[in-house]
Amino acid sequence: MQRRDFIKLGGLGVGGLMLPLSGRVISAEQILDKPMDVAYKKKLADIALNAAKAQGASYADARIGRYLNQFVTTNENRVDNIVNTESAGIGIRVIANGTWGFASTSNMTPDSVAKTAERAVAVAKANSKFQTTPVQLAPVKGVGEVSWQTPIVKNAMEVPVKDKVDLLLAVNAAAMENGANYVTSILFLVNEQKYFASTDGSYIDQDVHRLWAPFFATAVGEEGFKQRTGLGNPVGMGFEYLDGLEKDKIRIAGASVGYGNSYDILEDAKLAGQQLKAKLKAKSVEPGKYDLVLDPAHLMLTIHESVGHPLELDRVLGYEANFAGTSFATLDKWQSGKFQYGSDIVNIFADKTQEYSLGNVAYDDEGVKTKEWDLIKDGILVNYEATRDQVHMLGQTESHGCCYAQSWRDVQFQRMPNVSLKPNSKDISAEDVIKDVEKGIYIAGRGSFSIDQQRYNFQFGGQLFYEIKDGKIVDQIEDVAYQSNTQEFWNSCVQLAGKSDYRLGGSFFDGKGQPSQVSAVSHGCPTTRFNNINIINTARKV
Amino acid sequence: MTILSEQTAKNLLSKVIAYSKADEIECNLNGAVGGNIRYARNTVSTAGEESDVTLAVQSSFGKRVGVATINEFDDASLEKVVRRSEELARLAPENDEFMPVLGKQEYLSTPTFVQATAQVTPEDRAQAAQNSIEPSKKDKLIASGFLEENTRFTAIMNSKGLFAYNTSTNVDFSVTVRTEDGKGSGWASQNFSDVKLLDTAKASQIAIQKAKSSVDAKEMEPGKYTVILEPAASVTLLQNMFNNMSQRQADEGRSFLSNKAKEGEDPEKVAKNKLGQKLFDERVHLYTDPQHPIAPYSPFGSDGSPINKIDWIKDGVVVNMPNSRYWAKKTGVPYVPADGNLLMAGGDESLEDMIKSTRRGVLVTRLWYIRSLDPQTLLYTGLTRDGTYYIENGKIKYPIKNFRFNESPIVMLNNIEALGKPVRIEGGMVPAMKIRDFTFSSLSDAV
Repeated sequence: MQRRDFIKLGGLGVGGLMLPLSGRVISAEQILDKPMDVAYKKKLADIALNAAKAQGASYADARIGRYLNQFVTTNENRVDNIVNTESAGIGIRVIANGTWGFASTSNMTPDSVAKTAERAVAVAKANSKFQTTPVQLAPVKGVGEVSWQTPIVKNAMEVPVKDKVDLLLAVNAAAMENGANYVTSILFLVNEQKYFASTDGSYIDQDVHRLWAPFFATAVGEEGFKQRTGLGNPVGMGFEYLDGLEKDKIRIAGASVGYGNSYDILEDAKLAGQQLKAKLKAKSVEPGKYDLVLDPAHLMLTIHESVGHPLELDRVLGYEANFAGTSFATLDKWQSGKFQYGSDIVNIFADKTQEYSLGNVAYDDEGVKTKEWDLIKDGILVNYEATRDQVHMLGQTESHGCCYAQSWRDVQFQRMPNVSLKPNSKDISAEDVIKDVEKGIYIAGRGSFSIDQQRYNFQFGGQLFYEIKDGKIVDQIEDVAYQSNTQEFWNSCVQLAGKSDYRLGGSFFDGKGQPSQVSAVSHGCPTTRFNNINIINTARKV
Repeated sequence: MTILSEQTAKNLLSKVIAYSKADEIECNLNGAVGGNIRYARNTVSTAGEESDVTLAVQSSFGKRVGVATINEFDDASLEKVVRRSEELARLAPENDEFMPVLGKQEYLSTPTFVQATAQVTPEDRAQAAQNSIEPSKKDKLIASGFLEENTRFTAIMNSKGLFAYNTSTNVDFSVTVRTEDGKGSGWASQNFSDVKLLDTAKASQIAIQKAKSSVDAKEMEPGKYTVILEPAASVTLLQNMFNNMSQRQADEGRSFLSNKAKEGEDPEKVAKNKLGQKLFDERVHLYTDPQHPIAPYSPFGSDGSPINKIDWIKDGVVVNMPNSRYWAKKTGVPYVPADGNLLMAGGDESLEDMIKSTRRGVLVTRLWYIRSLDPQTLLYTGLTRDGTYYIENGKIKYPIKNFRFNESPIVMLNNIEALGKPVRIEGGMVPAMKIRDFTFSSLSDAV
């Protein structure tokens, strides 16, 4: 499984608590309960660290977490589900005999915490029997007691449920009044209250907030049906993201509206209805080679799949070989210093520090201060995404801060940071990018996406497709997907819009690992042009 | 107290029901214990154990419903969770599609629990991993794998006298073996209720053989080929098709099973879905059977409705479509829960027989990254992975580079040449299938 099929959430009953993030269901008012006192968390963490050391651990970290989720699901004019979940507990990770061990518990009495630490050491010792290479950690200096919070304006958890329901029902109505027959709209809210402590001497308290408001509209016509999903993005923001400010809109003449740091979901729903009507009548694409102009809400996923994943060091080294796969971006290519990942205007950087991004935190889940670094510079592969126990394999001494666990219950491991494409230093607009294209297609929104296990061959669709002729958008078209090879594709990148067009998109439920864990990650980019890309037609008679 | 006995669960839930002041109450008690081990680069990377138990209480007043959950089980906590669900129900908007809880039900007895699986230790897991790593190491190959087992219980009770209880065990294993130069890759998996059937060394031998034999793959032109799909290659396409068989989606015009009036027909008099229509080769038989001896399933669904043996597609005809209790009532048809194990009947041919009778074709170990392209035709895309071979004149000739496919399971199940013996995979049973005219659209360099 690569990514959770979130739409299946709709209509789940009591027995179907198969939410992407685990937890017990609580009431709306409990979600506002005060988090556990920091002094008490420190006391519990010290019990865990001391118990692990007493059993022979050479390193230990403890993560005390309270993970809150609120999901509101509506269909057409009815509320299907309002779920509030809370999950609290402690996860303890240790190194004993040079081997990792992990155990977790929801029972946070001092005795239970100490026993869980001992269990983690026992697991490490059982596995060390067959261990050949001891774990090697990049040094991290303890930071003492620190705290951090996602910079939010309106805490979404504090917005009354009724307001959320009213908004979603209004979204459904707007889409249906304008052409949709069916609409599902969902609000996902996440709040991770997490406390990290390690034997390095760090005690880090973080309060992380994320929000996503997707909708899925369907129109049924005489010949069949068409779908259009919302063009909003998941973000590391509060409810202010849904203010839909005019200054955050980018309008493309003849096509769609793109959204920046706030999202007008009602306007988007109305447009979705209208565009669905057009989709039912739109002509089917003529397959062949086209120049593509990709909108940020679409290109973010192409970056995610063809740059973010292949540069995860655990994949490169083979740790994901049995599940997500390995990577074409092997160490020898990086070591050569000449691997032309993309054209020389392609500059891709990683970070966990961009404001409003899903990956934004001050410290990762092993206590490393987050930062920004280059992955691809002037088209050349220059670095990877790594954790404390991996960077020595790159000859580096400082972790990139890419460690994350989806909850206290799960062991932390290497996850993708935000991976973003730098805009043009000249601040040109999206329409400036379109105006030079003779025969092309403009694609907005994310659609079907599939890529091989080493990230060479991919095929991506979208939500909205517009034919470009002689620099102008002429027609809405359908059944479009592009097939390419990662390196060829990025080397065909010929034009980028500037910083005023730069927008963040994101993946709220990115899956990896066994047992599978989700994480949320953003990708920033401007509208970008790629020349001579192979377009296929996805319509088929059966 | 993670795995409660039937009597303990019954006593606890009876106590919860007694606290209720609502029109109706339904309680769902779930617990699981389990462990896992993961290895890569011929060494263990992570391992862990998990346990949890949760009580969910749903109270309703008329059409207003509230749900609350707790994981503490003293009397005060039990009463608190009932009161909280009642408060939420009073605050909730009316749900027009609300259905009252079910009355007392009869359930089949199903062999879902195996004691041995419930007794696996961290040492057992480490040894199972080692049994997979060691032969790979000896062959200068690199093994990565994952083993996970768990034991679960579910108990449901409501205020109309329904009580359901079931325990189950599951063990999942998969391994990928790669050559040191990265030019060959093989994969195998096992899935059982009974850990005694698990043989990680045997599965690893298959992955080892595929890794060695897939080195130096040749390029073949994309196009339509006769394919032999091993069960792991077709299981996701079958599951995706089953997940799209909902009666409501079809009745609403948004499914491959939606029925449209033909020219001259009165749309009002034409059935809205394709129930009863023959859409597939007559050998296609898809069904659910919770008493299946190899792939058993819980005898009840999440609302306590019984899961019995039922055909979905028989002789190529759509004979049942899952629905909800609300939709069944609204359209005046029987309630068919969308729950259960997915089983596909097969034939007698072995994989070797299928290869022998193939003049020109492609053997596919598994498919990867499967995504929908068009829900109207169930067109999917994805790629072959971990062992793809060219077959000529009844023999495997050589390994070939992986393909991207763009194909629909509807087409696949119309183009059947032969079916093998079903094997357990992902909790269901799927046969190997020989399919003609399977569409490969491009080549991938991935190994």
